[in-house]
Amino acid sequence: MARWLANVFRLGVKELSSLAADRVLLALIVYCFTFSVYQVATGVKTGVDNATVAVVDGDRSVLSARIADGMLPPEFRPARQMDRAGVDGAMDRGEVTFVLDLPPGLEADLLRGERPPVQLGIDATAMTQAGIGAGYVEAIVARETAALLAPGADGAAPVSLVSRVQFNPNLESGWFQAVMAVIQYVTILSILLVGAAVIREREHGTIEHLLVMPLTAGEIAAAKIWANGLVILVATGLSLLLVVQALLGVPVRGSIALFLAGAGVYLFATTSLGVLLATVTRSMPQFALLGIPVFLVLNMLSGATSPLEGMPAALRVVMQASPTVHFTSMAQAILYRGAGLDTVWPELLVLAGLGSAFLAVALSQFRAMLARSQ
Amino acid sequence: MSPDPRPLAVRVTGASHRYGGTDALRAVSLDIPAGASVAVIGPDGVGKSTLLGLVAGVKRLQAGAVQVLGGDMASARHRDAVSPRIAYMPQGLGRNLYPTLSVRENIDFFGRLYGQGAAEREARIARLLRATGLDPFPDRPAGKLSGGMKQKLALCCALVHDPDLLILDEPTTGVDPLSRRQFWTLVEGIRAERPGMTVLVATAYMEEAGRFDRLVAMDAGRVLAEGPTAEVLAGLGVATPEEAYRHLLGLGRGAALVMPPRVGRDGPPAIRAEGLTRRFGGFTAVDDVSFSIARGEIFGFLGSNGCGKTTTMKMLTGLLPASAGRAELLGRPITAGDLGTRLRVGYMSQSFSLYEELSVRANLALHARLYRIPEGEVGPRVEAALGQFDLAAAAEALPASLPLGIRQRLQLAAACLHRPEVLILDEPTSGVDPQARDMFWGLLGRLSREDGVTIFVSTHFMNEAERCDRISLMHAGRVLAVGTPADLARGHADLEEAFVAALEQAGAGREDGAAPAAVPAGPQPTARAMAPPVADRSLATSLGRIWAFARREMTEVLRDRIRLAFALLGPMLLLVTFGYGISFDVEKLPFAVFDRDQSQESRRLVDEFAGSRYFEEREPVRSDLEADRRLRSGELKLVLAIPPGFGKDLLRGHRPELGVFLDGAMPFRAETARGYAQGILGHYAASRGLAQAQGPEVRPRFNYNQAFRSAAAILPGCIMVLMIMIPSMLTAVGVVREREIGSISNLYASPATVGEFLLGKQLPYLVLGFASFLALVAQADLMFGVPVRGSLAALLLGALLYVAAATGLGLLVSAFARTQVAAIVGASILTTVPAINFSGYLYPAATVEGAGRWIGLGFPALWFQNISLGSFAKARAFGDFQLEFLMLSGFALLFLALAALLLKKQEA
Repeated sequence: MARWLANVFRLGVKELSSLAADRVLLALIVYCFTFSVYQVATGVKTGVDNATVAVVDGDRSVLSARIADGMLPPEFRPARQMDRAGVDGAMDRGEVTFVLDLPPGLEADLLRGERPPVQLGIDATAMTQAGIGAGYVEAIVARETAALLAPGADGAAPVSLVSRVQFNPNLESGWFQAVMAVIQYVTILSILLVGAAVIREREHGTIEHLLVMPLTAGEIAAAKIWANGLVILVATGLSLLLVVQALLGVPVRGSIALFLAGAGVYLFATTSLGVLLATVTRSMPQFALLGIPVFLVLNMLSGATSPLEGMPAALRVVMQASPTVHFTSMAQAILYRGAGLDTVWPELLVLAGLGSAFLAVALSQFRAMLARSQ
Repeated sequence: MSPDPRPLAVRVTGASHRYGGTDALRAVSLDIPAGASVAVIGPDGVGKSTLLGLVAGVKRLQAGAVQVLGGDMASARHRDAVSPRIAYMPQGLGRNLYPTLSVRENIDFFGRLYGQGAAEREARIARLLRATGLDPFPDRPAGKLSGGMKQKLALCCALVHDPDLLILDEPTTGVDPLSRRQFWTLVEGIRAERPGMTVLVATAYMEEAGRFDRLVAMDAGRVLAEGPTAEVLAGLGVATPEEAYRHLLGLGRGAALVMPPRVGRDGPPAIRAEGLTRRFGGFTAVDDVSFSIARGEIFGFLGSNGCGKTTTMKMLTGLLPASAGRAELLGRPITAGDLGTRLRVGYMSQSFSLYEELSVRANLALHARLYRIPEGEVGPRVEAALGQFDLAAAAEALPASLPLGIRQRLQLAAACLHRPEVLILDEPTSGVDPQARDMFWGLLGRLSREDGVTIFVSTHFMNEAERCDRISLMHAGRVLAVGTPADLARGHADLEEAFVAALEQAGAGREDGAAPAAVPAGPQPTARAMAPPVADRSLATSLGRIWAFARREMTEVLRDRIRLAFALLGPMLLLVTFGYGISFDVEKLPFAVFDRDQSQESRRLVDEFAGSRYFEEREPVRSDLEADRRLRSGELKLVLAIPPGFGKDLLRGHRPELGVFLDGAMPFRAETARGYAQGILGHYAASRGLAQAQGPEVRPRFNYNQAFRSAAAILPGCIMVLMIMIPSMLTAVGVVREREIGSISNLYASPATVGEFLLGKQLPYLVLGFASFLALVAQADLMFGVPVRGSLAALLLGALLYVAAATGLGLLVSAFARTQVAAIVGASILTTVPAINFSGYLYPAATVEGAGRWIGLGFPALWFQNISLGSFAKARAFGDFQLEFLMLSGFALLFLALAALLLKKQEA
């Protein structure tokens, strides 16, 4: 055991110095965990944030002006006044997502007690905004009308809904995006770095040399896993403390130590997957082309951007084999909801199990891989 | 030295060259007359390759002047003009060949590169194949040729354009004696046909050097002696170049190494093989090989390249399982997992297999530790090895920067470091200079005679074979003969003759073409030698070269079926996964009620929630604490808190408050859930007749996607994401891979420009990417019912420009990165982030703020997303996309231009 550890340690140190020699690669890793996380967190808005609205004001009344002014940040950008002719083009070009068409005589009709129709055009290709945003626009129209018709009374709803959002009271998407971006980069880098390191050794013939030494395939793989995993783990920790917490000001409720421990287990699973992908491909170009679909599926279908509940049942079952699904749910529990080990241990267990399975298959392929690359 | 009356082909004046801190050349001056044949000899690492590289124009001149064929090689214009008249073969077996291309295709590629027409190429290929004896197998992939045949093919490639100056860097290193002999016969035949051609060769075989008109002896970056071979030899008072070499290095004359007699040792044989066989598919690499090697014996393995020596050795080390037969090492059967045996064996593979990124010392230290040498002994053991193998001067250098010979020495040092009982050495001295070889064999002698180490070694050097206790001759997977060198040489002039005779008898000569036919020559170089060279810059020539690169790349891609399948099927599979998997419908959110009212009204309200498809009811909550705990665990996404007296207050019109607690970990879902709750509440109030609507009736109209299906909104974006990631990845490894493998030297030495090379590389992937795009469009329509409703022409043109930009981006990454790993990571990161986040894929681009907005605008994905979404969903017309077309073309050109700027046509 001591020998095993010593060998794995030495090979891992070698791995670290290989990594340190590749300046371009290091620069890319730093870029991911700093600038890129910051940009995604500050730039990308999930849900209705900064939504673009155009108002075709055929009424030119006090009410129509109030409605247009009622589109307020952070949900909406200031409404653009447009004439009907320009509306279609603007929506075609993606410049506006919502178009509210206020017909002539709107205010007068309402004052007479009628309910005139108002068209709300929605760009339904903007899936993340269309549904919720339409509700917001309706609410604004109702609110402003009520304020005009019955000043003083704040609407006439029979029940007032008091919503309290736990863990992220103002629904700031940056909080969410920052951590999800970190997870994305962890996934991409861990799979690519380890897999490419294996292929590189094979293409340079060094792995053959290792296999005639008193070393096992397990030691070689374990060294790659810990060394590359450690680099990514350190980068993750620093990114979380310096970029996410300090720079972006995202409040972290739970224990960062627990999160990093979980990230360690996750890295074990993804790096093992990287080794597995490397053993089934024959060259670097092949590995690269296999790597893209794998990390794209892991990231896009992790449940972070698109909920698992919305997937077809069969796909949902398949995605249970994705370590990213479990890690995403665990990361959210720990970082946002402050969950402890008592809550997240099932996920940790699943991640460890998945990692062991990937590694076992990879190791069984290790020597066969050498014969294949002849 | 007598003045040579002929005009000069090469004049080097005071050329110096440094790599990092080390001097490779120190003020070298050298004149080579046209039509001469010159051999450059000297130990490893004295600057032979650097000198040849400078003359060939593939290395950037640092100091001094190099004039070749009447012009200055520092001038790019002259290099371009003169490169069609120079042929350069870099060091390393088949290093400038393309392994998956056939013999004919390799030569054809070079012919096209030099602008030869179809008929001319055909004639030349036929002639060269006949001359080199490669004509029986024009369709064999270059990677499957033996080492000797590879070098002949490389020579064909070099000669296809009738060069006036032929530069060969150690062309016969690692080639067996028969092939070597044939190679030089071939070169001499060509010289006889084209007497005006100048030949400049670096070689490690001193006996070969005697064939040349002139000798250049180098040491430590300087020229020690130079002139006509006879004069140099006479001047030194020696008979052969080998002696001259020793003399110049001050080694004393004729101190030939003599192997001490073997001491007989008892015990079972160290290595025993019985009927060992290895098949790869239908090909039998090793066929029923049996031998037994006693402890302390030096057993030599001789044979042509590709005869199965390496495969046999790999089976003995356990790297390859045997297909049949058995083998024992130190009395134990060989199994892959036997670590105990591996500790007692040292192995050196034929190609360099240590870490390029670790220094020489670090490589040795790593070896020592992995071989379980006690920590305290590691330092002294490494120092001793550095001294013994004369590596001290290079201890801190990276192996990549060292010449072949020194790298081989490092490998030997590593193999011997742990004092193994058995050494298995696969061509350990290939490319090593004579002095180092003697040193090495002296060491082998001591190991064998004094320490009883068993040595199993393969070699192409006859003087090394003669030092073995026994040797085995191998050919085509079979052992032809085993015996002492003296026994085998009996009846022949020497061992080499015996070897060649045995091989010829076994049919090797026939296969490898023993008697090259004369090579009918092209125009005599002397006739045009002094004409001022002018580079051919016409468009037709340029297009021809682009086509040559593109054709070659395409052939390689088509041969790699797996890569092709990944490139075409990968995106289609992803589209299916995303089309079904990504959805923004938030449904079945788990919720629970904390009902402190327990009235009829409160139960009605709960039923309203539970009955909606958006929510799914769980066990009710009984306390605030429980609500908090269950939200925290993620079990619930929403808790409905109904206060006491809710029903009564409601009926009295007192506007009771309804508490909704949401899990905000995923803001999008929380926001949606809140909207649903609001809607259900409104519905409830209306159905109970509690509220009468007053405001205008807002009629939502969902444009482009009336059914509000995720697939219709998501698929155009998926295509956008896939079409930047896959094509850029296809090209990203392109350039950097050629650099790692070495075939980039063909670009350096050829008349092609960097731009032509890049365009040629891009073209096949442009076609592949576009084909993949067409498949995705068809898939979106047929599988998901998402047809192109706008301008198909706009979509196609947009996609073409977009794929051009994507492949251009891949080339840019490739030109920038130093390793394939960095290129892959770079291409992944640089495309994923902007394409998914800032280009209007999941979140409308118009809502992105700050730097992300600018990144989006400065990246092709956003512009193509406009076209993709516009023509799939929005039914926009061709004319609407003028700006997009302009931007995409701009990106394609910009990326290509930047890549061309970053990629240099010479190495440092």
